[in-house]
Amino acid sequence: MGMGERIAEWPVLRQLRGEGGDRLGLRQAVESDRTHHLTARTATADRVVESICPYCAVGCGQLVYVHGDEVTQVEGNPASPISRGRPCPKGSATKALVTGPGREQKVKYRRPHGTEWEELSLDRAMDMIADRVIDTRRRSWQEHDDKGHPLRRCMGIASLGGATLDNEENYLLKKLFTSWGAVQIENQARI
Amino acid sequence: MAECHPVGFQWVMEAKARGATVIHVDPRFTRTSAVADIHVPLRAGSDIAFLGGIVHHILENERDFREYVVRYTNAATIVGEEFAGTEDLDGLFSGYDAATGSYDVTTWSYAGMTAAPSAGAREGAAQGETHGSGGATLERSDAPETDPTLQHPRCVYQLLKKHFSRYTPELVEEVCGVPRDQFLRVCEALCDNSGRERTGAFCYAVGWTQHSVGVQYIRTAAIIQLLLGNIGRPGGGIMALRGHASIQGSTDIPTLYNILPGYIPMPAAGQNSVDELCAADAAAAGFWGHMRAYVVSLLKAYWGEHATAENDFGFGWLPHIDGDHSTYQTTLGMLRHEVTGFFVLGENPAVGSGNSRMQRLALAELEWLVVRDFSEIETASFWYDSPEIHDGELRTEEIGTEVFFLPAAAHTEKDGSFTNTQRLLQWHDKAVEPKGDQRSELWFAYHLGRKVREKLAGSDSPRDEAVLKLAWDYPTSGPLEDPSADAVLAEINGWGPDGEPLSAYTELADDGSTTCGCWIYCGCRADHVNQTRRRKPGGEQSWVAPEWGWAWPANRRILYNRASADPDGKPWSERKKLVWWDGEDGKWTGADVPDFVASMPPDYQPPDDAQAEWALRGDEPFVMQADGRGWLFAPSGLKDGPFPAHYEPDESPFPNPLYRIRANPTRQQLRDPRNPANPQQDPAYPYVVTTYRLTEHHTAGGMSRFVGRLSELQPEMFCEVSPELAAERGLVPGDWATVITSRSAIEARVLVTDRLRPLTVQGRTVHQVGLPYHWGGRGLSTGDSANDLLGVTTDPNVHIQESKVATCDIRPGRRPRGRARRELVESYPRTEANEEAT
Repeated sequence: MGMGERIAEWPVLRQLRGEGGDRLGLRQAVESDRTHHLTARTATADRVVESICPYCAVGCGQLVYVHGDEVTQVEGNPASPISRGRPCPKGSATKALVTGPGREQKVKYRRPHGTEWEELSLDRAMDMIADRVIDTRRRSWQEHDDKGHPLRRCMGIASLGGATLDNEENYLLKKLFTSWGAVQIENQARI
Repeated sequence: MAECHPVGFQWVMEAKARGATVIHVDPRFTRTSAVADIHVPLRAGSDIAFLGGIVHHILENERDFREYVVRYTNAATIVGEEFAGTEDLDGLFSGYDAATGSYDVTTWSYAGMTAAPSAGAREGAAQGETHGSGGATLERSDAPETDPTLQHPRCVYQLLKKHFSRYTPELVEEVCGVPRDQFLRVCEALCDNSGRERTGAFCYAVGWTQHSVGVQYIRTAAIIQLLLGNIGRPGGGIMALRGHASIQGSTDIPTLYNILPGYIPMPAAGQNSVDELCAADAAAAGFWGHMRAYVVSLLKAYWGEHATAENDFGFGWLPHIDGDHSTYQTTLGMLRHEVTGFFVLGENPAVGSGNSRMQRLALAELEWLVVRDFSEIETASFWYDSPEIHDGELRTEEIGTEVFFLPAAAHTEKDGSFTNTQRLLQWHDKAVEPKGDQRSELWFAYHLGRKVREKLAGSDSPRDEAVLKLAWDYPTSGPLEDPSADAVLAEINGWGPDGEPLSAYTELADDGSTTCGCWIYCGCRADHVNQTRRRKPGGEQSWVAPEWGWAWPANRRILYNRASADPDGKPWSERKKLVWWDGEDGKWTGADVPDFVASMPPDYQPPDDAQAEWALRGDEPFVMQADGRGWLFAPSGLKDGPFPAHYEPDESPFPNPLYRIRANPTRQQLRDPRNPANPQQDPAYPYVVTTYRLTEHHTAGGMSRFVGRLSELQPEMFCEVSPELAAERGLVPGDWATVITSRSAIEARVLVTDRLRPLTVQGRTVHQVGLPYHWGGRGLSTGDSANDLLGVTTDPNVHIQESKVATCDIRPGRRPRGRARRELVESYPRTEANEEAT
């Protein structure tokens, strides 16, 4: 590009020329070549998946834009009769929530009295947790109360959480814990 | 609402644009107040006095919607002679036992009716522990005695009038700090929007529930809404604005100790069969009359082919409760080494539960802890990074807790449904695979269950039968062997003897021929279609939008909507019509799914031998209640009174001007040295403290303090104080302040603002300190936790902690470090529990 062409590309001159009718310099006249060729992440997505906001219980509709194996953008879903496509600040941060560096990807293990996290495979962790469940259940089992009424429960195991989870997850958790005899199963609902 | 549910608030603004009056009652001026027609700042913890004052105003001026009240509520019902109220007993109801701090509710019954059986049947686990959406049972052989003229001195209407007779505008001003002219503006706005043509709605959140009288706050609103005819009608109702994506779902399909899916009570000790469970709770009239079908179908979903009529469908495999096993009792259990293993799944009690310091001390007593979350939240790191470690109170090497942190999958990485705050189930599709060790809770539950079953295989211990016979066969797919959420939804929906999906809970049978994991969700996958995944755009259907998602029960969007029509089945008015009786077709019809037997005419009278829903009349809309009526007076189901009464918070700078009884006499005080109380009316704690959320953060911060943009928007813990309080205590804007209670001392940046203003209560000025509760020591934005300050005193009905109000002191400057922090806290007065003179 010669000097003359470069000067001619100067946005002030393009604005004065009224390039594209943009005499106010708000659009085309001040757009660089690079900007001109940028596209929105929503335009380059391979697919759009319909979802629901994970924060509060209003239940706003979300559109999750995916490129390859990555979530590239999360927008409000205009079809939702609840949200009409309008996300709040938290909903707008959903992409940062699900793709951000704050998320852990590896199991961490702290042994009793340990001073550091240690690495542990997921399968080994699941195996160890299953062993703890069986042992605690055995040791804290209550078959009857002092009047002889059946209790058949284990009071050594408790759980807290569920309000951020799916219905199907809560269903399996309650079913599983109940089969173990664990009754101290709670979530945020009464907190 | 504009702060915490901003997108829902757009509909309030829509209503305002159409002429609605928006009233915001909150100690703090917020984004909601900014656009409201009336903002009413009141003293935290005084809402029953405020709402009771509205009830008083309605009754004294006869502004109730009389036809609705007489025909649809229990206003005309005569209460038994033995009942005595707070006006008779100076703040108590009849039946109080000071030794146990609880009520025998038998005297709260309707005249001529047997007492609520639940009280006697529930040995150890009093009734509040157990009943669900149907509320309490009511046993009757005939319809209750009534006086439709509302003149009988023992009819509910007259008792209500007497109960609230002293809740005058003057009293409201004295208790709440709300000037009487402002209060009367609120009353008039509500009354003007009542009747055939108009309605009013209430929205609330944890500002109402987190009190030692939380349930009665909601009850008072329910009384107002019934008196004004605002239940079951479009533009009416009482909307709970819930803070987590599926907190409604986790109550419907509960991860809660006292109920099974669909609000079926957990068996109590002494209930040894399906029939005994149902005898205690199934009502003779209304839809709870089919409770046995709901229970048997659930047991079939749990134990499949192993649940047979011969073994009472596996009822004996269910564990039994015998008291309060709620989360704070569990905390005490940890401190006593009775609870030794703990799962924490997408929750952060080290920041988010009341007295979070006690929570962390309890975590340090466990044998093992499993934390599943996106990030390493405070609950996972308590053993090396907590206030107690930094102050030298605990030492990492001395903490024996074994900790497993397992990274969780996000909603974009799994299929599943959330139930939002309006009971609407909405499906989210999996977009991508989770990374590394990240897994869904569905994966975790399924594979942990599988491993435990494999390890116990071959056991002949009767204890292991329930585990080994559990129906635990879900299809998995993909490299991670993810179980199918759709298959789980199919089990929740249920199937008939032919294996075909059921369409409605009315198809459930009590003989084991139907399977259903949650009766109120039955129909969510009718016709093999995932109804929760329906996404017909809102603009392409009626204003009810029935084809977006699926609402329980039966895709009904407004509960008790029979009340949107008059007793004859006609809409109360054209502009407020929703469902109505179509005499030609002989059925109920309209824009919503009628919440009524579709073919029951308005003039239906039940024969003597009628059962369940057919035992109610055609003009009784409250089909889950045994008498078909909305309850102004609750003859059973509540532990702290059939009417709401104003009691002071456990920690208050004021006496109760209404009664000799100061605070809720049935509140639960969690007695533990780590949970002391600020002595009531103690000058060391002259200020009221309340907590709340910010738009840019989410609850205990696990989903917001680790996110860059949200942390930038609200980067730091702060306290809000009025200019007057700042002057009184020398607090400097932008500088630090230390807030102190008998539990702990925390520091926060000072925000001096007119958003919190001093109020005049009982003739003197009271200041309120506002604290957001999102912060903890981890993440991109850190700060002290407001919950460290709060003690645990709970409502007796649902065991929620009183974290919306306490007393405190505040002083300028940062809090002391190390041992000096405890020394500061211990230099303040404390008591084990605030005793009452009863």
